[in-house]
Amino acid sequence: MEYDAVIGLEVHAQIHTHTKMFCACHVMKDTGDIPPNTYVCPVCLALPGALPVVNRRAVEIGMLTGMALHCTINTTNVFARKSYFYPDLPKGYQISQYDLPLASDGYLDIEVDGETRRIRIRRAHLEEDTAKLYHLDDGRVQVDFNRAGAPLLEIVTEPDLHTAEEVRAYATLLRTILVYLGVNTGDMEKGMMRFEANVSVRPRGSTLFGTRVEIKNLNSFRSLTRGVEYEIQRQSALLDSGGVVEQETMGWNESAGYTYPQRSKEHAHDYRYFPEPDIPPLQLDPAWIAAVRAELPELPTERRSRLTTQYGIRAYDAELLAADRALADYFEVAVKMGQELALAPQDVANWMTGELFRLLNEANRPITGCRVTPEHLIALLFLVQKGTISASAAKKVLSEVFVTGEAPNTVVKRLGLAQMSDTDALHALVAQVLDQNPIQLAQYLEGKESVWGWFVGQVMRASQGKANPTQTREILQKSLEQRRSSQS
Amino acid sequence: MDTLYDLTVHAALSRLNAGEISSLDLTQALLARIQAVENNVCAYLRVLEEDALKQARYADQRRAEGDLSPLLGIPIALKDTFSTKGVETTCGSQILRGYIPPFDATVVRRLKDAGAVILGKTNQDEFAMGSSTENSGFFPTHNPWDLTRVPGGSSGGSAAAVAAGEALAALGTDTGGSVRQPASLCGLVGVRPTYGRCSRYGLIAFASSLDQPGPLARTVADAALLLQVIAGHDPRDGTSWPDAVPDYLAALRADVRGLRIGVPKEYFVTGVQPDVEKAVRDALNVLQNMGAELVEVTLPHSEYALPVYYLIAPAEASANLARFDGMRYGLRKEGATIEEMYARTRGAGFGPEVIRRIMLGTYALSAGYYDAYYLKAQQVRTLIKSDFDRAFEQVDVIIGPTSPVTAFRLGERTANPLEMYLADIFTLSQALAGIPALSLPCGCDAQGLPIGLQIAAPALHEVRMFQVAYAYEQATTWHTRRPPL
Repeated sequence: MEYDAVIGLEVHAQIHTHTKMFCACHVMKDTGDIPPNTYVCPVCLALPGALPVVNRRAVEIGMLTGMALHCTINTTNVFARKSYFYPDLPKGYQISQYDLPLASDGYLDIEVDGETRRIRIRRAHLEEDTAKLYHLDDGRVQVDFNRAGAPLLEIVTEPDLHTAEEVRAYATLLRTILVYLGVNTGDMEKGMMRFEANVSVRPRGSTLFGTRVEIKNLNSFRSLTRGVEYEIQRQSALLDSGGVVEQETMGWNESAGYTYPQRSKEHAHDYRYFPEPDIPPLQLDPAWIAAVRAELPELPTERRSRLTTQYGIRAYDAELLAADRALADYFEVAVKMGQELALAPQDVANWMTGELFRLLNEANRPITGCRVTPEHLIALLFLVQKGTISASAAKKVLSEVFVTGEAPNTVVKRLGLAQMSDTDALHALVAQVLDQNPIQLAQYLEGKESVWGWFVGQVMRASQGKANPTQTREILQKSLEQRRSSQS
Repeated sequence: MDTLYDLTVHAALSRLNAGEISSLDLTQALLARIQAVENNVCAYLRVLEEDALKQARYADQRRAEGDLSPLLGIPIALKDTFSTKGVETTCGSQILRGYIPPFDATVVRRLKDAGAVILGKTNQDEFAMGSSTENSGFFPTHNPWDLTRVPGGSSGGSAAAVAAGEALAALGTDTGGSVRQPASLCGLVGVRPTYGRCSRYGLIAFASSLDQPGPLARTVADAALLLQVIAGHDPRDGTSWPDAVPDYLAALRADVRGLRIGVPKEYFVTGVQPDVEKAVRDALNVLQNMGAELVEVTLPHSEYALPVYYLIAPAEASANLARFDGMRYGLRKEGATIEEMYARTRGAGFGPEVIRRIMLGTYALSAGYYDAYYLKAQQVRTLIKSDFDRAFEQVDVIIGPTSPVTAFRLGERTANPLEMYLADIFTLSQALAGIPALSLPCGCDAQGLPIGLQIAAPALHEVRMFQVAYAYEQATTWHTRRPPL
């Protein structure tokens, strides 16, 4: 039988505030070399008598995200205790939000195969991260509380996704938005985003929901799409063979590529949510909400369309540039600088998405802090436009600037890459090539036009690649015409 | 010199300021008194003799240098619920045995900043769950008025210490009556401030929406002074009031003319010991004779205070006490699995009453029961609060008994938890409403055991409550009685 999948996604995103969700401890932005249990205090270690106090900035970032996801920002926010025992949860409960989340009822429009689909967002709420457990070989477990109490945003969709591709498109766009907003760096390897997918299948055309299975520990886009795809196949095959899908929680084994049961419905936790009495309901003042809304930057989808309409660049390039706020900012700064020099925005885009991307990818570096500044890029493009250097020389200059951060002019001089644009010198060079190759000259003059290209190549070679190609063509053309007329 | 331990805080301060005595004299007198009577009273879990003497010497030095801090050199006892930096803090529980906090509770810090000398940590019902201090994980405390009787609870150690002359004053915590009820049973002034008036930071939580620190002292003025020191906003406690703290001492005028006193009919019911009722009625007459007007008011939802309290407080406690898991501090009993370790640690570390309340609270919050129990209790709590709001539209304060009975015998109520819960029948509704209330001595029963008068005021109107209490105190002599110890 043919089946349709129904998928809902829960995303946990770290929030990079300066301090933790409920205390003044630093938030680890990088797992780096921070010794374990150094970013801790009585609050995040849950010492007796310690109390949580809400991080104002985390609320603001939560609001910003909610706004970017077209959610309603709820003016009354209630934090709740979610109780369960585990060594990574020092209080024995996690402070989260339950009945009255920060944001609800939003959507995100995704594009799959050229079609736009609207994915509804059920809610986005604030909570705190758990500690990190280290399982030692001898069976002991060590706990690092550096991460405990760091702020998290949980973003939950309605079951509006139907394929692994849609799931991937949604997750990718969400990541782009979170990075745009500065929620975190989007570094998946460092756990900035963690996914849980609820997957069910139903016979094609049916409007009833099948039994839902929750898949946990999907910590990369690859795991996410593979896990969802695997689960759709597993459930479809199970139903085809007359089986029944059990409501349960599954884990995902990335290396082996399969889901495995973790917890059945009977063993589902009863989290005993109740309003956190240590934190009074948070009333969001409309003026505060308005101030946060004013902070909302232009988002990737809007920016992409503006880049095409405002600068006339290709849609594909606009998408690549708009996917990263810093890239798009870089592009716009460069285009503005290039305006006075009459540089075409599409040329700027070409150089960015071509050579610059290649260099960034090779070095595995972000655009932020790139040694090639927008000024450098524009200076380089101007040199090409003027004909001072050839396009191929420009690539060489760019890779030099990428490493050294020197001005392109300096690199051109240092490497002697300036084109030969001296008309007299070019004339001499052309004359020399023609004189040295009488056979080919004769062939040309007899009407064998294909030798033309060969002559161009010879002049370029004689100039060691520095001859300005346009000028070379012009002079070669004139010189050949002269020889033809002097012959006849 | 022998009776220095019997001084009020104010009397001690004036003698210290006059240079008649030193804080060292005072502290030594109290330590000697502790030496003499502690074996019988068992008020303290830990006496910090050496540290107290050091603090006393330091206080004397500061006074010599012109320091005028409000409690400079005054020996005070702290309930073991308060986290004390570098000093073992157990909250009366075996599960926290050996736990040494790395920080002071905010109210402890404020006492220290005000120059108080900390004498020690007092006994209590485990995690403040109880009304007799018999639920202590260590030993019961005895009432200095009759050593065969309980001092009340859960701040029974603090109350007994002050009553026995083992401290000039003390801090307790009041969740459902745990300062007022022992104050009543030990013949002291005990104050429960408005919820949020004092910081809860560093106070080991029992029920977060109800817990409040409060002073126990021999006079209204002493209690007002202590509250003055510990009250105020704390950025570390999101539930603490930002409002400025009024000058409580300036408000102590022996004048109640024109004040309207509400007398709730629900507080004069069967089950109240006759001499308790008589003492309270007499006190009301005293106030009436001083010019106050008595107005009968009704608090119709009072009868639900007990069930509401025993749903909300255990529910919050069930989560608050989840952190005692043997992972990071306190007791740990190893097990083959993590679940076994949790079960063994908590089974061994918690006493029966704590376990009972954790189970009650866990049940009340469970899926399928939440609406019927926890949510319903919160709704009724709102009604209880509305009762007070309506009553305070007619009257300035509400007066009734603190405890329906005087001090009962050790062991008398331990067999039946419900009977123990009834000891707090008159102190629960003010806590649920979040309003301030105090207890002060207003008589004694046939055995000479103290009786307490409870005065409640609207939220943040402690001034009014102190004013009425002070006026009554000035007109009577009950506060001058001392136990025959």
